[in-house]
Amino acid sequence: MTATIGPAPVPGPGLTPRVPSVDDSPEGGQVHGPRAGWRLAFTAFIENKLAVAGLGIVLVFLVFCFVGPFFYHGDTTSVTFNSLAPPGSGAPLGTDSNGLDELGLIMVGGRSSLEIGVFSSVIATVIGTLVGAIAGLVGGILDAILMRLVDVLLSIPLLLVILIVSAHYGASVFKLSLMIGIFSWLGSARLVRGEVLSLRVRDFVLAARTMGATRRRLIYKHLIPNSLGVVIVNATFQVADAIVLLAFLGFLGFGLNYPAVDWGDMLSGGLTYLQDGDWWLVYPVGACLVLVVMAFNFIGDAWRDTVDVRLRRR
Amino acid sequence: MAPVLEVENLSTHIKLRRSVVQAVGNVSFKIEAGETLGLVGESGCGKSMTGLSIMRLLPAGGSIVSGSVRLGGRDLVPLSEPEMRDVRGNQVAMIFQDSLTSLNPTMTIGEQIAEPVRLHRRASKAAARARAVEVLGLVGFPRPRERLNDYPHQFSGGQRQRVMIAVALSCEPQLLIADEPTTALDVTIQAQILQLLDELKERLGMAVLLVTHDMGVVAGRADRVNVMYAGRIAESSPADDLFKHMHHPYTQGLLGSIPLLTQDRTERLFSIPGIPPDLTDLPEGCRFAPRCRFVQADCVANEPSLSGDGGPHLFACWHPVDGPIDRHLVAVTPATPTSAPNSGFAAAVEPVAPSGDRLLVVDNVVREYPVTAGAVLQRKVGTVKAVSGVSFAVGRGETFGLVGESGCGKTTLGKVIVGLERPDAGHATLRGTDVAHLRGGELRRFRRDLQMMFQDPIASLDPRMRVGAILREPMTIQRSETRRRQTEIVAELLNEVGLPANAVERFPHEFSGGQRQRIGLARALTLSPQVVVADEPVSALDVSIRSQVLNLMKRLQETHGLTYVVISHDLAVVKYLADRIGVMYLGKLVEIGSGEDIYRRPAHHYTAGLIATIPEPDPAVERAKESAGIQGELPSPVSPPSGCRFRTRCPAAQDLCAEEEPVLRPFGPGHEAACHFPLLSPLAVSSSAAAGPSSN
Repeated sequence: MTATIGPAPVPGPGLTPRVPSVDDSPEGGQVHGPRAGWRLAFTAFIENKLAVAGLGIVLVFLVFCFVGPFFYHGDTTSVTFNSLAPPGSGAPLGTDSNGLDELGLIMVGGRSSLEIGVFSSVIATVIGTLVGAIAGLVGGILDAILMRLVDVLLSIPLLLVILIVSAHYGASVFKLSLMIGIFSWLGSARLVRGEVLSLRVRDFVLAARTMGATRRRLIYKHLIPNSLGVVIVNATFQVADAIVLLAFLGFLGFGLNYPAVDWGDMLSGGLTYLQDGDWWLVYPVGACLVLVVMAFNFIGDAWRDTVDVRLRRR
Repeated sequence: MAPVLEVENLSTHIKLRRSVVQAVGNVSFKIEAGETLGLVGESGCGKSMTGLSIMRLLPAGGSIVSGSVRLGGRDLVPLSEPEMRDVRGNQVAMIFQDSLTSLNPTMTIGEQIAEPVRLHRRASKAAARARAVEVLGLVGFPRPRERLNDYPHQFSGGQRQRVMIAVALSCEPQLLIADEPTTALDVTIQAQILQLLDELKERLGMAVLLVTHDMGVVAGRADRVNVMYAGRIAESSPADDLFKHMHHPYTQGLLGSIPLLTQDRTERLFSIPGIPPDLTDLPEGCRFAPRCRFVQADCVANEPSLSGDGGPHLFACWHPVDGPIDRHLVAVTPATPTSAPNSGFAAAVEPVAPSGDRLLVVDNVVREYPVTAGAVLQRKVGTVKAVSGVSFAVGRGETFGLVGESGCGKTTLGKVIVGLERPDAGHATLRGTDVAHLRGGELRRFRRDLQMMFQDPIASLDPRMRVGAILREPMTIQRSETRRRQTEIVAELLNEVGLPANAVERFPHEFSGGQRQRIGLARALTLSPQVVVADEPVSALDVSIRSQVLNLMKRLQETHGLTYVVISHDLAVVKYLADRIGVMYLGKLVEIGSGEDIYRRPAHHYTAGLIATIPEPDPAVERAKESAGIQGELPSPVSPPSGCRFRTRCPAAQDLCAEEEPVLRPFGPGHEAACHFPLLSPLAVSSSAAAGPSSN
């Protein structure tokens, strides 16, 4: 292949020749455009105040739950007689019916909530993306089988299954994440399949096929990266959903087992004493739950907005 | 008589998040009753925004910053929104490019036509309905009453555009703004719609503002033409004068870069270098200066105003030119000395020595798609006959052109050739090997020789990949070359297609349309293919960019010894690129021959009609055309007509055409056509000779 340089504009004879410009640009012209898509998206994301608030809340909670216990040593494991103590001396947020430190419990419970939320969302997203991409690209019978499987799983009452399984095998952060993850990939699978169906007839996928690209390459290099935007948005919402689901399980008594603790568990334990005016058992932990879930939803919303307009020139 | 519309110093800006697009700047013009004003320009020049400014239907952030729009003496700019609503659809009506999205799919067309009448005229339901019947008849529906209760999806594209016109005309507007009214339509339908608009203008005495990018469309239809560039009117003149004695270098360049049907294929097309300026960051002085061949110091310093020598011909240029560019001189001028060893265009263009080597053979290819009904148990209710037995052969180094209207099967055929679609019958073979029979690694290696160039340059490049990765991808897939060599090849290719080396780090959305098409071409060449199938390679590009890409395609063919199959609806483009042309109609090849055979000596009535309908950028030629060419619309490919598929629209159709399907008969060396009653007399009547693929 020989390198050639494109001919410059042809000057017409008898006419004043073109004055060479300062930058003798290539035939096709120079490239100057907006910055890369991801950076543009990031700028748009940062401009969204709710998103920044959401991100801030999540960061604060991460620090609070994961770093907090190193500095605050409230007793969350050994039962004491100092039960139902109001906020104040020794225990900033009081103690629960077993005399455990409420602030320490919120930290530990928040840690497990966040862990389960993120783990289950990752599991669900990975399974859902792969299943959706394969179903959408291969199509035909495989698509039909996978999507009917999704339909069947969606019609099973999820909560019931989780209750039975967790009662049977016990609950830990890992087991609960796995269980929630395995039951919540269905939405992502449908989403990615729809995205892939519209992507696979796009010209760049056809172009890759004319180059001889294998299905594997199409999925990993073209289809998944291009549906990543919607996948990440969905994953963010899934974190929020998983945290709520965990709170449900905990509230019903199927959450984590002692000595681990989760926010739902704490709420149900506290409700009994709310009548007696022991507000510190319910409101702080309830507020934390609402804040975290809301923050993830803010982030997801803002992210969805930026993904939609990502390629718009401005 | 006072003009219907008088626009004076109109400036429209659109506010974006961080910048302001100066979409329209200081635009002034007027239109009299019964007059058509053509507003032409490339995309982003502000022509549509001018139309929308008159209607005050600007997008979010848009506002008229100065100037006046007087309709019958009344300024529309200061009107309140309710007052403006009374003007829209009543005194000023607008038709848009896409009739499918402009009509409401859940309302019958009768209701949609009656709606403005009921709103503006306070007419009763019955009266509005009667008016709907009337205008529907006016736009050429033979039995309007029967179609009143139909929904938009029951109409074809051309019919929907007629309905749109009917909606626009229902209140007898004084001014009709037609924004690219025929761009989405096939040429044969385009001619019908343009003729209809012309007739209606005469009958109703409306003023028409015809906004289009197509010089050919305005040539025959507009009384006066305004050429816009970067938000400004560059030149304004009566149509005849503009095409014969243009004064602005932009107009000259724009007209000079359009390939004509009479174009000599050995000549390079003129092209305007560079790309239009960014409307958020405009250059000082004349906006065309950075791309102008005659630019002088004062052009960059001061902006010229629209003025003339007292006559009706106005232009905004300090150093006006006179008359069209001499296409022959463009060709003779050698390119820069640094360019590729210029073996002369003659060498590349002369029919490549017919080595008897039929590189690519398409033999009786059939491709049909099933039409199914029912959601669960899908019954086959018919087949779309996309390609029905097409045969031809392409020699090494030759360019074969396929032309036809949308839905004639040309794109499907292209996909069959590169192996993206499997033919239901017949073969497409390269060097005697059928792509459809290969599997696995063999198929992958074979694909190196068959590459494709796509129509939409943005859709064909993965938005998530950098250009470097896009260009490397073919080599990565083929596992050819080392990583370092790949990088070298990418750099060479970028240089070859005229892009800067820093392009490798950029994403596709950072390039302009023409640049993206260059990337697409570079990618197709990465594997040094033998055959490149180019599907509408320049249709999505602006006129001034189009000729750049066409020239580049020709140059690369020469330096790489490529064989092209060029697929396009644009006969002028195909004729410029191709050595031989196949004309397709409804899945059939109806005529095949050299460009000159097809253009000067068409034997098939469809070919002749197609040539007659193509709008040419020459008012004299356009006005001389009497009829709108081919009448009627393309029949459904699910149940094509018996016998000759063109007979339903053919002026020479007889009973025989319905009974017997015509075969290709020779009319000259390499010139064949399938017609029972051809426009030329065939060489020798032999039905067997024509059955096989024609050799070069």
